Amino acid sequence: MVASRLTRRTAFAALAGVLVARNALATPDQARDWIAAMAKGTPQAGKISLKAPEIAENGNAVPLTVTVDSEMSGKSYVKALYIAADGNPNAGVAVYEFTPLSGKAEVALRVRLQQTQKIVAVAEMNDGTLYTASREVKVTIGGCGG
Amino acid sequence: MADDIKPRLRVPTNAKKGELVEVKTLITHPMETGQRKDADGKLVPRLIVNTLAVTYNGKPVLNAKLEPAVAANPYLSFFVKVEESGTLKFTWTDDNKQSWTAESKIEVA
Repeated sequence: MVASRLTRRTAFAALAGVLVARNALATPDQARDWIAAMAKGTPQAGKISLKAPEIAENGNAVPLTVTVDSEMSGKSYVKALYIAADGNPNAGVAVYEFTPLSGKAEVALRVRLQQTQKIVAVAEMNDGTLYTASREVKVTIGGCGG
Repeated sequence: MADDIKPRLRVPTNAKKGELVEVKTLITHPMETGQRKDADGKLVPRLIVNTLAVTYNGKPVLNAKLEPAVAANPYLSFFVKVEESGTLKFTWTDDNKQSWTAESKIEVA
């Protein structure tokens, strides 16, 4: 009896260890902080559209298209676009800096996603206003080599 | 290994004045995240392409800062508004400060 309880306890301890290790992932707060460190201010919703599959079977390369609604003229353009993911080992994904020469504030890229999580984008306009949008992607097989 | 790294571009050669041109790029690069362990259980050190700078006739168009969350063989597509003929120049830099460049000319009719 004692022996069996011990094994069970060991098993639980081992399981807890695994869970702790798995928890070393970014949180929504960290994703927000990662962006806030570069984009000062409070973002408002809108202007950004995030295109990504609802369910990604392979987290190694999830196609993502981010479009920011802007005329991209010398007077009004998107200065920077910050993309973060809140369930990866590190929250940051990429930062894009545009100029009026870009003509259109849209980028397509492929991201790694460790697990089902939200992708968050924040756009910084040339006058300093911030816009944000997010989108959840369900991931079947994680893509960070775990 | 580093010899395998090769940038690829897809840029139209002709455009109309003021046209919005879609540009696609890919660089073959493993984008080692620093999270992965090798067969001996040791962490493989991080080695990613961390920046891509794009200029048109020397003027900046797009600067991308990439994190390990960008997939291997980083692909990127974006737009350029072309008003005049010129050269689109791409410069990728990785964690070892190694860099690769590629150029493509656009003829404006």
